[in-house]
Amino acid sequence: MKPAPFGYADPRTLAEALEVLGREGEGAKVLAGGQSLLPLLSMRLAAPTTLVDINRVAGLDSIESGPDGVRVGALVRHARLLDDAAAAGVQPLLARATASVAHPAIRNRGTTVGSIAHADPSGEMTAVLALTGGSVTVATPAGRSAVGWQDFFVGPLETSVHGPAVVVDAFFPALAQRSGTAFAELSRRRGDYAVCGAGAVVTLDADRRVSAARTAYISVGLVPQVHDLTEAVAGRPVDTVDWAAAGALARTLVDPDTDLHASADYRRLLVGVLTERTLAAAALEATGRTP
Amino acid sequence: MRNRAMGQVDQERTVSAVVNGTPREFTVPARRLLSDALRHDLGLTGTHVGCEHGVCGACTVLLDGVPVRSCLVLAVQVQGAAVTTVEGLARSDHQGGEVLHPVQEAFRECHALQCGFCTPGFLMTIAAGLEARDPAQPVTDDEVEDMVGGNLCRCTGYANIKKAVHHAAATIREATR
Ligand SMILES: Cc1cc2nc3c(=O)[nH]c(=O)nc-3n(C[C@H](O)[C@H](O)[C@H](O)COP(=O)(O)OP(=O)(O)OC[C@H]3O[C@@H](n4cnc5c(N)ncnc54)[C@H](O)[C@@H]3O)c2cc1C
Ligand code: FES
Ligand code: FES
Repeated sequence: MKPAPFGYADPRTLAEALEVLGREGEGAKVLAGGQSLLPLLSMRLAAPTTLVDINRVAGLDSIESGPDGVRVGALVRHARLLDDAAAAGVQPLLARATASVAHPAIRNRGTTVGSIAHADPSGEMTAVLALTGGSVTVATPAGRSAVGWQDFFVGPLETSVHGPAVVVDAFFPALAQRSGTAFAELSRRRGDYAVCGAGAVVTLDADRRVSAARTAYISVGLVPQVHDLTEAVAGRPVDTVDWAAAGALARTLVDPDTDLHASADYRRLLVGVLTERTLAAAALEATGRTP
Repeated sequence: MRNRAMGQVDQERTVSAVVNGTPREFTVPARRLLSDALRHDLGLTGTHVGCEHGVCGACTVLLDGVPVRSCLVLAVQVQGAAVTTVEGLARSDHQGGEVLHPVQEAFRECHALQCGFCTPGFLMTIAAGLEARDPAQPVTDDEVEDMVGGNLCRCTGYANIKKAVHHAAATIREATR
């Protein structure tokens, strides 16, 4: 189908964008890559009165990688983050998870920040923001503020941000010392939304014993959540850990739904399998980063 | 378009863009999808529309050189940009005719189409995918999977499409040797 009629503005500055959003009120929506919003409009699941296209707003397209982490601007496309070696060096989960976001043609246009603002619990980057302990910067006419991931995600396709606001960037903290990451998912076709996916971070102590093991899942639950599985594996030397124990613990912590593609039971099974796999892979990487 | 007020909200706009190498101007309502502007306003019906919500890939075109779903871009957003559709894939032979792109040639050679509905989208995605890689390296099955995975075909079963990607990659490799 076709979208219902709407008005269109393409401001050149953030101030101007916020001004139009404020002036147009409730019916106005930010348009970034359009890879989630335009399907909703064409399916008539949303009918905003005004689209405020931020694609021509200056200063939103940088990736800043530093010792503390990676700051990804609102206009950075998935494809660009995927190829950014500096960002992958600081936080390897970024490229790893982005590789599973949609197909190349969609990654060329869709933005990382847009997928976080869209708050789809099937979106890889929502889980990555949570697992890395990240935050977003929200600009409103009153100024800018940092909002931590826990305060940002409220429900499926729902965030705590209301009224005239633009998420100007997302910040992903750097991977800690002696730590490794992994991401894996099962989808019906390459690039499709995952039936279930998992990201993992494992940290070792100086003696190469597991000191922390955390995971986050996609297509499981209503909002991203971080699960601390350390108790199942804590203190074990990295080469003798029974990762299946962590997988078993994870299965008891999640509450997946049944839908057209998979039953809740099958998803819970996948949580166990993907937990075991990603933790093992993350631990291997952590070993390489432990002198 | 020009001299517009700051943050002006428009229901309709006149857009200038370079389409298949030719400057074009068209006036469209804001809600017009690029796929519809190409087909209905510019008469370029080579771009096919299947699902109209980003899933099938039939509508794929190049926007400033990279493949995008034209059903997930608004026509007003291509102001000042370059758009290439399947009509712009073949090259002039400088004698009034055209030479097919190696990917088009490979589709014919490998019988990679049946009804042809999905074909324009596959051609654009694959042409851009092969363009973006080092032609000296043989294309891997994994790369091929990534190139075709976002496009749906209800006829061929994909085997011949994948064969065509390998065939086109080999032709391009030969040509650049
Ligand atoms: C076929 C298909 C498959 C896909 N598969 C996947 C997948 O496997 N994994 C995945 O994660 N995604 C997938 N996507 C979605 C894609 O990743 C989108 O790019 C992403 O979800 C939204 O980013 P966008 O920039 O396109 O945002 P838009 O579509 O422009 O916006 C989405 C929503 O977020 C709001 N918004 C966007 N940016 C901002 C901002 N800066 N400030 C405030 N609000 C904002 C908009 O108002 C809108 O409500 C898929 C899409 C398609 C069509
Ligand atoms: S018509 Fe655009 S992806 Fe199907
Ligand atoms: S050839 Fe018929 S859909 Fe692909």
